[in-house]
Amino acid sequence: MPSVLVENYFRTEKLPQIWCPGCGHGIITRSIASAIEKSGIDKNKICIVSGIGCSSRAPGYLDFNTLHTTHGRALAFATGIKMAKPEIKVIVIMGDGDATAIGGNHLIHACRRNIGITAIVYNNSIYGMTGGQYSPTTPKYDKGTTAPYGNIDKAFDICKLAASAGATYVGRATAYHASLVTSLVQNAISNEGFSLIEAISMCPTYYGRKNKKGSAVSMMEWQKNSAINISAAAKMSPEALEGKFLIGELKNSPEPEYTNEYQKIIDRLKKESQ
Amino acid sequence: MKSKARLMQGNEACVEGAIAAGMRFYAGYPITPSTEIAELSAERLPLVGGRFMQMEDEIGGMAAIIGASLTGAKSMTATSGPGFSLKQENIGYASIAEVPCVIVNVQRGGPSTGMPTSPAQGEIMQARWGTHGDHPVIALTPSSVRETFDLTIKAFNFAEKYRTPVILLMDEVIGHMREKVQLPDPSEIEIIDRKRPDCSSEEYLPYEADNDLVPPMADFGTGYRYHVTGLVHDETGFPSNSTAVADKLIRRLSNKIEIHRDEIESWEEENTEDAEVLILSYGCVARSSKSAMNILRERGIKAGTFRPITIWPFPEKRLRELAAKVKTIVVPEMNLGQLVLEVERICGCNAKIEKLNKVSCEIIYPEEIVSKIEEVL
Repeated sequence: MPSVLVENYFRTEKLPQIWCPGCGHGIITRSIASAIEKSGIDKNKICIVSGIGCSSRAPGYLDFNTLHTTHGRALAFATGIKMAKPEIKVIVIMGDGDATAIGGNHLIHACRRNIGITAIVYNNSIYGMTGGQYSPTTPKYDKGTTAPYGNIDKAFDICKLAASAGATYVGRATAYHASLVTSLVQNAISNEGFSLIEAISMCPTYYGRKNKKGSAVSMMEWQKNSAINISAAAKMSPEALEGKFLIGELKNSPEPEYTNEYQKIIDRLKKESQ
Repeated sequence: MKSKARLMQGNEACVEGAIAAGMRFYAGYPITPSTEIAELSAERLPLVGGRFMQMEDEIGGMAAIIGASLTGAKSMTATSGPGFSLKQENIGYASIAEVPCVIVNVQRGGPSTGMPTSPAQGEIMQARWGTHGDHPVIALTPSSVRETFDLTIKAFNFAEKYRTPVILLMDEVIGHMREKVQLPDPSEIEIIDRKRPDCSSEEYLPYEADNDLVPPMADFGTGYRYHVTGLVHDETGFPSNSTAVADKLIRRLSNKIEIHRDEIESWEEENTEDAEVLILSYGCVARSSKSAMNILRERGIKAGTFRPITIWPFPEKRLRELAAKVKTIVVPEMNLGQLVLEVERICGCNAKIEKLNKVSCEIIYPEEIVSKIEEVL
């Protein structure tokens, strides 16, 4: 028997999902559904958009208007939806390669405009769907099938990228910290402007295996031990933070939202013509 | 009541036509020689409650109009050669996901950056086969400012009726040329809106086609919660790995245009009753062909013209009839011979086919067509 949450927000006839055993994506997707439930928004006024990749299969399991687009372009499609019908709550699910490599340009400009979209990046540090190639978030010197001798690219910090490009709400959590994913996504949805949540996921099949990270459980233990909440980090020394990463609410500074700004132009022109 | 006659540019007529057709969303990226279409859309759309967006790139512009169209807004983007190449990815998406939208390409010299401010007709085959995989295409080519207005409306109507991307293939001459134009009264304009479902959301199968092979389309945000994907999908809209589903879908997408060829195809012909030589051309070159025909007639040569208005689908049946009557068909094009390939395929060995090609990024002059015909006759 599926839970009430799954019954209400998932297309149960489409389950089980296609993800590998041990993948963190199912946990994150459930956490997003939980955030939507808590936000209390009408199901018919939500649209979930994705690109291409493992994470981008998530919308197919969720019972909303769902749009599975082309690789990297989810935010551009979502921008059209939001702009044409601002009353729709638009949530975009992307992978790390999808959002920051092929879709990097769309990402920084959606941040810059502060358009009312909630973007959630499932970051498993690898291209999973194509079989384990290194991505812009694969840690330096780690391996992928296209980095057999170690990856020499420096990894992106997705949250810093989004915050500096202009996103007005930014947070990070992990599949281990599932309830934090829910609360951050809930806050992100209630932010009028552009929000980005990075959800660290685990790919035991490719990233884990290539880099000897052990089972899905040990990869989750790594998430538990390496993630430091931003409030706790404030009291810690730089030495103690070595090798750790921050989770929690990393930026919350509301600014005027893009489609509202455009509506002001429409209203002003209407007034002037009367 | 007709509006006052105005001196208008082709790109301007395109925006006027789009607004008249009901365009309420435009997303694009600046590129010569199509930029006026973006500028005028930015000016006009908020005045009618519509929305304009300048996107970060051409790919994003194409993606955004698909997203907007899914909410029910009639949407358009405009570009030129290099941008048209970038849009191909999501033109394919609009084809397989059956999202109505209009893509304007004001052709300039190519390949690559080519000759940005000069005219060409190099994207005839790209308009047909630019995006990967088998897919349906409707492409229209205006040869005057007024016709740009009319065909932009037609492009929206076809997009809505057949749930498919429609390409308006202009060229730099038509885009930048100014002519005196009298626009029709809005009441005289036929506007077609997409079919919406008349069943409940529970019964709705988003990709179950009616007899016309076109499925009714529900706007996002109206309670019809369905899935849209660029993957092969069945009637439910969800992806499928079934070979039978793939075969059925790809054939239906193509056939929904094929079975409506009679409604879609249009062309213009002149002096074809007694013509011995037929000049077949489109876009700005068709204007020169007309002058060439008049000069040739004065010199006693029985010349006629044939101008496909829909280049895709090509008005095949009519050309085949004419090919049986005329001795020679001359095809002047501002490329190295693209549409002539289609003409050769259609006409077979019925008529002698002569090419006249120019890739110097300037229009083909009437005298050049006349000389060519006098040389080959």
